[in-house]
Amino acid sequence: MAVILDLVVQNAQMLLVLLLAPLLTGFVRKAKARLQRRRGPSLLQPYRDLLRLSRKETVLAEESSWLFRVIPYLIFAATWVAASLVPTFAAGLMFNWSADLIAIIALLGSARFFLALAGMDVGTSFGGLGSSREMMIATLAEPATIMIVFTLALLAGSTQLSQVAAFMLSPAVGLRVSLGLALVALVMVAIAENGRIPIDNPATHLELTMVHEAMLLEYSGRHLAVIELAASLKLLLYLSLIACVFLPWGQAQPGAGPAAQLAGVGAYIGKLAVGGLFLAWFETSIAKMRVFRVSDFLGAALMLGLLGTLLLFVSRSL
Amino acid sequence: MGHLEFDVAHLFAGGLVLVSFMLLYQDRLYALLNVFALQAVVLALSVSWQAYVQGAPHLYVTAAIALFFKAIIVPMALHRIIARLGVHREVENVVSTGPTMLAGMGLVALSMVVMLRVTSAAVPLAREDLAFALSVVLLGLLMMVTRNNAVSQIVGFMSLENGLILAATGAKGMPLVVEISVAFSVLIAFIVIGTLLFRIRERFDTIDAEALDRFRGGRR
Repeated sequence: MAVILDLVVQNAQMLLVLLLAPLLTGFVRKAKARLQRRRGPSLLQPYRDLLRLSRKETVLAEESSWLFRVIPYLIFAATWVAASLVPTFAAGLMFNWSADLIAIIALLGSARFFLALAGMDVGTSFGGLGSSREMMIATLAEPATIMIVFTLALLAGSTQLSQVAAFMLSPAVGLRVSLGLALVALVMVAIAENGRIPIDNPATHLELTMVHEAMLLEYSGRHLAVIELAASLKLLLYLSLIACVFLPWGQAQPGAGPAAQLAGVGAYIGKLAVGGLFLAWFETSIAKMRVFRVSDFLGAALMLGLLGTLLLFVSRSL
Repeated sequence: MGHLEFDVAHLFAGGLVLVSFMLLYQDRLYALLNVFALQAVVLALSVSWQAYVQGAPHLYVTAAIALFFKAIIVPMALHRIIARLGVHREVENVVSTGPTMLAGMGLVALSMVVMLRVTSAAVPLAREDLAFALSVVLLGLLMMVTRNNAVSQIVGFMSLENGLILAATGAKGMPLVVEISVAFSVLIAFIVIGTLLFRIRERFDTIDAEALDRFRGGRR
């Protein structure tokens, strides 16, 4: 019985992230529009877009290989698994033992690898350009992520997300400058990984500046829908990751009743809304960087992560 | 000593190192001055926390000196100098930010390795403070080395002195006389350097320190 209940909760989480992801994207767009004194599209617009795309005919380039057709589903699967591993509304889910930070990074890394391959598959110049830029960003963002994971793992004694969250809830945390540094670094990495504004503009198809969109130019129809959904999921994943690690309050504890689970869902949606508002505000108040400044931005994130680890070593060795 | 005291001291001292990195990262002059003022504020907080923890009232004076001179007077004076020189729009091309940051990380790691080994007999709070202070000093030096602009070299020098104050407070504080005289000698140095700036400017029409190299006929 308990196993079935656990399975139900785990499935609820998988469905929840999938259903909430387009809503979050729509919410960020709406908040941004309101901040710019526009009315903005409806909150449900991303769902409609996905529906429209999935009904449309898929056009494939003549030179595309089988890889090109498979990749959207690979990306989607990897991102969805990663997103449903992060504890969102409840700690102690059934697959928590696999909710490891390094596993999540690996899943996202493989999704990115496939996306870059897809960008180069057809052989148009934009795809290659987007892939090479994406890889440049990734080579800087991944070390920074690893440093953040080190910091968290050194503090919590584990890379498992539920244990990290439990540690953050316990009074043993204390006042840590390293955690602040890790938070800032993680936010910077999240902005870069999701192609948000100082790095890449998700709303543009201006050829000189695009990174993520350049790789998707050849996709259409249901393939495009799946990739868009994966991008929304990735944004949701990073926000949930930040919420889970740094604001774990309100998560339903293992073995809690349905009321606690529902309260956890409410808290989770609240956290997502706050995160989305912050993202919209940040994107409105900052200008896009030149591509060559990206290394400065992510270098700062890497530096913060490294500094956090170093500071932690000092206080541990005393 | 409680956990909380140590943690707060760690927070402030670590914050000081972080602000040193922000100084290294910043290449616009006015923003640089703001960050420098922020560093002085963090220093003042750190010193007054030490005063509270150690029960040493004279450290409050040090904190007040840091706050008054370094967070208010020096940045304001530099602000005016920059305005009068008309160089506020100059974006400095340093040795680019990435390598500088990496060098800075290396220096921080070095100072931690050195200080934590050397001071194994001292109390934890002093050890940690000394390690962070050495890294602030080294980062200030690094800033002086990597910048061409004379104004930011001054800022590097001043932030180096912030590190010295942190070291002094960690080691049970230095006598008040010494402290005040150090503060004033730094101010004097500041005045001298400020005058020098205008002389350099008069002579070479720039405050790029490389002009001096050319004049000396050294680097080619």
